Amino acid sequence: MKRQFPLVITFVVGMLVIVSQFIPHQPFGHLSDTLESWFLIISGFAILLGQLNLLKVNIIKIHRKVRNWQYYIVCVVSFVVMITIGILWGTQDQPGLLGQGSALVSFFGRKPFDYIFKHFFENLSATMFSLLAFFMASASYRAFRARNLESSLLLISAVLVMLGRTTIGTWLTGWIPEDLTYLHIPQIANFIMKYLQKTGQRAIMICAGLGIVGSSLRIILGIERSYLGGK
Amino acid sequence: MSFFEKLMKIDRRIIFLLIFIGVAVPLIVALNFTLEITQPVRKVYSLVEDADDGAYILLSFDYGPSTKPEIQPMAIAVLKHAFERDYKVVCSALWPMGVLMCSEAIESVKEEYPNIEYGVDYVNLGYKAGGLVTINHMGKNMRETFPTDAANNPISEIPIMDNIKNLTNFDFIVGFSSGSPGLKQWVQVAHDAYGVPVAGGSTAVQVPSLSPYLNRENQLEGLLGGLKGAAEYEKLIASPGTAVKGMDAQSIAHLLIIIFITIGNIGYFVTGKYKQKRL
Amino acid sequence: MALTMERLGVWIGAALTFAIYSFLYKDNPVYKIAEQIFVGISAGYWFIYTIFNILKPNLYTPLTSDFGNNTLLVLPAILGIFMLCRLVPKINWVSRYAISVVVGTTAGLALIRTLQSDVITQMSETIMNPFSGPNAAVILGKWILIIGTTTGIIYFFFSKKHTGAFGATAKLGIVFLMISFGAAFGYTVMARISLLIGRLQYLLGEWLGIIQP
Repeated sequence: MKRQFPLVITFVVGMLVIVSQFIPHQPFGHLSDTLESWFLIISGFAILLGQLNLLKVNIIKIHRKVRNWQYYIVCVVSFVVMITIGILWGTQDQPGLLGQGSALVSFFGRKPFDYIFKHFFENLSATMFSLLAFFMASASYRAFRARNLESSLLLISAVLVMLGRTTIGTWLTGWIPEDLTYLHIPQIANFIMKYLQKTGQRAIMICAGLGIVGSSLRIILGIERSYLGGK
Repeated sequence: MSFFEKLMKIDRRIIFLLIFIGVAVPLIVALNFTLEITQPVRKVYSLVEDADDGAYILLSFDYGPSTKPEIQPMAIAVLKHAFERDYKVVCSALWPMGVLMCSEAIESVKEEYPNIEYGVDYVNLGYKAGGLVTINHMGKNMRETFPTDAANNPISEIPIMDNIKNLTNFDFIVGFSSGSPGLKQWVQVAHDAYGVPVAGGSTAVQVPSLSPYLNRENQLEGLLGGLKGAAEYEKLIASPGTAVKGMDAQSIAHLLIIIFITIGNIGYFVTGKYKQKRL
Repeated sequence: MALTMERLGVWIGAALTFAIYSFLYKDNPVYKIAEQIFVGISAGYWFIYTIFNILKPNLYTPLTSDFGNNTLLVLPAILGIFMLCRLVPKINWVSRYAISVVVGTTAGLALIRTLQSDVITQMSETIMNPFSGPNAAVILGKWILIIGTTTGIIYFFFSKKHTGAFGATAKLGIVFLMISFGAAFGYTVMARISLLIGRLQYLLGEWLGIIQP
């Protein structure tokens, strides 16, 4: 009951969705339509589960006083503050339990939830990801070496694309006469993108696609069960 | 220790500083490099430009602030183009942060198009989870997926949605994507299952993996790739914005990284490290 | 007041930007605090938007306003609550029912859509006449697409040892894959630099006012 029944559900649901793709008529069309609307709702709960699990894990870390536990308090407080103001005064579009919070809007210029999103979250998120620019530059200097034929090809292709996909490529080779446009770096970059790099990406796409098809079949047929967790 | 050996052991923070300066200076002092328009960008432009008058289009905001510098300029440029052509714009999001990205983009466009009216010329339907499955559901029943807009107004009370029953009622879809769910899922379902033309804008990281969809079957009609794609689109609609302004910095930063790679490789060969590796 | 708060917000944004960038010097408490604020706010945002944009319009409102026509929605509501039971060790097994619906639906749809979009269409796009084209570059490109894709796929076939003619073909596949990875690296650099440009446009524009935001 605890493991077999979920496997039966997966099989039935998976097969129903597959059949409805080929026979979109009743009852398959309607059943898969209903399933998809359920999926959206259950996904919503799954997201809540993720956030609540984060809260639980952090509280456990604080309770057990693991290394650097003080920082996890900051995470919990930020989470609770965001949820509280969201529930009380709502978001940009929707009211909260206490309505639209007009007094707070005239104070902050926008709702507190949106104020935190705009000035805290947007900046933190954008900065966090922009850190990678620095590490990428450092890695280019330290690790991007023409060690053999393969890495040399990788390096040449990368340099040509980097030049061709910015204005530098045009600036460097813009003087080349019309009848030699194939030496124009942006043209070379276009050729790489349109043909050479597409071959590798297409090979990866086809092979990964076959992998997804195989994994999906294994899941539907109950061969792959790790998603159920436990023993 | 030779010059190159010292160079090889340079503190990485110096590289960080150089890249910071390399990006900051061209932002302050504009170099005004010329910009070439690529075919995938031109195709997105043609798709938007050539649609019938009063076309209904769906814009999907599947990104968050982490990739805003790359994608927001595209979204703003496409919105401007769509409002210029008097299209009916329906916005949705497969990422929760996409809802506010959409609001911000529309706010910035409103200065130029003050007469656009919510519910009549555009609507923000908000966020739905579920990616591939949700798009498939939108293909059958848009109203069941989005019973209300982002502000919780019933869809039946929004005039722009009167003619929209499912995805096939849209003339085309433009997805702004920074990962999964995103443009890939729109291609897989909206185009390949329901036959709706799909174009999009993505982060530069995604461009190579999306490129196989730019094919004879037009799985993807066109693609705006990263800041360069956004800048090209801004140029095409003659409305230069943050992407065009950023392209000088992008070019100089690329040049710097190529210089880093070159110096690193010269050092690698001059200091004989390539021999050590092979032993 | 709102203007002052907006200006304060920009200063907060700049301070948080530097807090994150302080990691470039070395890991430090200021960075760690900023990092945890980021995680907490991000999770809170998802939580609220999931409630306001999914659970309220697609579940709560239909059930409370028109229960008679939406009775079936009780089932996903129960499955959703089962999903949350994952947090309670004693009864976490009930979440498997909800997970199996989600996994089964995704697997079924992904199977069909991936097969059509990523396998069959890509294969048919590779089957083309390599002798026709408006110019030499297109003809060369077609040959590259056919040979590169085929050899690339052969490289990923690990059920046969890469030796002899098969191994040589796989090796040619690596050449095309490396060129692809190079282009991907170029684009990745482009993406990361764009994000840095965005940050500096914020600092130099909205915060310092040196450039037009």
